[in-house]
Amino acid sequence: MRFTVTVLLALAPLAALAQTVPAPVPASEVFTREEIGHALAAPTPQAGRTMPSAANAPEDDGQWTMPSKNYASTRFSALTELTPRTVKGLQPLFSFSLGVNKGQEAAPIVADNTMFIVTAYPNYVYALDLTRPGAPLKWKFAPKPLPASQGVACCDVVNRGGSVSNGKYIFNTLDGQTIALDVRTGKPVWRTQLGNINTGESITMAPLVAQGRVYVGNSGGELGVRGWIAALEESSGKLLWKAYNTGPDKEVLIGPAFKPAYATDRGTDLGVKSWPPQAWKIGGGNVWGWITYDAELDAIYHGTGNPGPWNAEQRPGDNKWTAGIFARDPASGAARWYYQFSPHDEHDYDGINEQILLDMPFAGTMHKVLIHFDRNGYIYIIERGTGKVLSADPFGPVNSSKGVDIATGELIRNPAKQTRLGQVVSDICPTASGSKDWNPSSFSPQTGLVYIPHENICMDWMNMQVNYIAGTPYVGANVHMKPGPGGHRGELTAWDPVRRGPVWVDKENFPIWSGTVVTAGDLVFYGTMDGWFKAVNARTGELLWKAKVDSGIVSQPISYRGPDGHQYIAVLSGVGGWSGAVVSGPVDPRDGSAALGMVNAMSDLPKYTTAGGTLYVFTLPH
Amino acid sequence: MLALGGCNKGPAADLPASQIGSQAVIDSALIPGLTRSAVSSDPRVAQYYDNADAVNTGKRLFGQYNCSGCHSNGGGGMGPSLMDDEWIYGGRLEQIHQTLVEGRPNGMPAWGGKVPDQQLWQLSAYVRSMSLPATLAAQNGATPSQTPAPVPREADDHAGWSPPPGTTNDYTTLTTGP
Ligand code: HEC
Repeated sequence: MRFTVTVLLALAPLAALAQTVPAPVPASEVFTREEIGHALAAPTPQAGRTMPSAANAPEDDGQWTMPSKNYASTRFSALTELTPRTVKGLQPLFSFSLGVNKGQEAAPIVADNTMFIVTAYPNYVYALDLTRPGAPLKWKFAPKPLPASQGVACCDVVNRGGSVSNGKYIFNTLDGQTIALDVRTGKPVWRTQLGNINTGESITMAPLVAQGRVYVGNSGGELGVRGWIAALEESSGKLLWKAYNTGPDKEVLIGPAFKPAYATDRGTDLGVKSWPPQAWKIGGGNVWGWITYDAELDAIYHGTGNPGPWNAEQRPGDNKWTAGIFARDPASGAARWYYQFSPHDEHDYDGINEQILLDMPFAGTMHKVLIHFDRNGYIYIIERGTGKVLSADPFGPVNSSKGVDIATGELIRNPAKQTRLGQVVSDICPTASGSKDWNPSSFSPQTGLVYIPHENICMDWMNMQVNYIAGTPYVGANVHMKPGPGGHRGELTAWDPVRRGPVWVDKENFPIWSGTVVTAGDLVFYGTMDGWFKAVNARTGELLWKAKVDSGIVSQPISYRGPDGHQYIAVLSGVGGWSGAVVSGPVDPRDGSAALGMVNAMSDLPKYTTAGGTLYVFTLPH
Repeated sequence: MLALGGCNKGPAADLPASQIGSQAVIDSALIPGLTRSAVSSDPRVAQYYDNADAVNTGKRLFGQYNCSGCHSNGGGGMGPSLMDDEWIYGGRLEQIHQTLVEGRPNGMPAWGGKVPDQQLWQLSAYVRSMSLPATLAAQNGATPSQTPAPVPREADDHAGWSPPPGTTNDYTTLTTGP
């Protein structure tokens, strides 16, 4: 066999190439925070204390009924048994195999002394009885989503969790259903089919339940799926309204009540006009991240995903209403304001990350704001009533833009990092998955800090012409990711939103793809992709405790009060998601462009962890 | 534009993986180690062996039909890696061709009747080439499968064919710790 000889000779460099992480981007390639951070006014911390309102963050009852803990989305637990002193004794109490070895991104939910978990595809739901030793199974529900839905899940077959409300556990399936189960029996109360996998549509987000409505959005920004958000009646599953994020105003639910803060968002049918003809129909803008309900202003806020295809040269225009954030009327869906984080996005900067609702001092008075940590690298503080940006500061390395013009709200693009057909543009920061992806931050009213789990990754990008074929990827980019300055790929940043800067930063070898939870004992819990579950001091970042679990962690830890009155910490292991697909998916570390270029920065992960999927519950011995 | 799942023949026919009238009947040899496949080969396959044109055309089509969107440059993503030596549905050219024609249940669209059959063979040849030692050896940088070697006939000679020992950087066999 002729080819054998050549192969043997070429082996050595190849083997090295397979699992070597590329060199980090030099620090000189990115802007400093001071260079590109902007605010409408200087910090005025003396004007008041940063807190969520009581309406959005009622007193902690020790349960954890929704992934975000409360409407304000603080993910703050008022329990105090665990402190920097006692946490050293924290021990695993029980574990439970989820029977699915894919990326587990969900938060365990605790209500009425029962724990509910939804797994990655095939989206099993487990209810565990916390009142009995070992938390035995009460019931398991298998929704049996269509197997073909696995082929339209862009970034592993994940699910970000469910919520308990009025005796129902409500969650979504990968093949586009929203299902409400009776918490006592596990039997479906209703099932509503919302998505259609034949167009590439799937659902991976955690539904938001508030005021008798269930809010759901679709995934599919990598398959030319037109993004929408829908509201269902909580009692029946009946569709109440559906708003698209591209297209004519009447389908976006833009009407007389729409009062965006900036001139660029005013006009008729911008969701059509800011695209080439018909392109809005396959233009993305999906709602696969977090929807937030504001009980004070009776509004919902939700980000919109990246425009499709990734190749921006195929869609000249601002591509509204993608890569931005909407405020909508919860009852009708009517849009109130919108702000676009990344007009004509060229780098896959979805706007779907969480928002935390706070009252915060700014320019000498208290303001009702939301804090949003965008993929494009900026922390936005936005006035909830108007959609006006008060400040925008980078929290990781950025060079794809040169800051936000705080007068016009406009992202100032960096022409040097604009993406081009057939040309590799190198060292773009942040990477496609952003300075931070979907995994949520937490806020402590005690420290006044937000705890941001995020990434330090950059990328090389080449645009390629792509055809639209329904149900297949509509991407058109060859991407290779690499570590950002410093070479560490993850960071946990404690950020002071009032003073607009980091208080401390903990570095991680791998990107942090788990959420954080912060407790009244001043502890921050998070997991790492190489399988460590950690507790750090919320005031200093000092590592206080860690435990090794069976697989990397990409989920959302919680803290709850057990039936015995003690504090418990729960988390799912199971590496996966976009960043972990090189372990959980059948993805090959030799192809740097695999998993949309993520593999290039993550090819060594198989050396550190294997696929898994287990619930772990920790407590102090008592 | 090409609509893969757009037809309206009831829910089952609507799936991306819906089976549309299969062509030649081909089955894999179920007993590993047979020197010859238990069933006769599809006669159409012959011209795609040792055919440099076929793999190069297949490479172009792999991008045009968005295969690369799901399988990247062979390393996978939404779909499995095609450059390793593991085949769920068989790695002989005719088996790969059948996979493309019929689609597969866990999310592989069916392309039969939507893409000319000759192109499906060319795509199959390119897919088979990805894990050939010669193609793997030619990889230069982090993007594999850019210079695909023609598929030698012996690669398909029996179901259990695998590359000669020591000729791939087969990370699936041995992973060393950090
Ligand atoms: C929408 C995503 C998607 C697209 C587009 C796609 N595939 Fe697939 N492909 C998959 C998935 C998912 C599987 C695994 C199916 C299964 O296990 O049932 C798969 C399986 C396969 C297999 C079988 C691999 C094995 O181990 O047996 C081959 C070969 C293949 N695809 C080739 C192609 C080619 C060639 C194209 C383009 C014509 C293509 N695919 C387009 C998602 C896709």
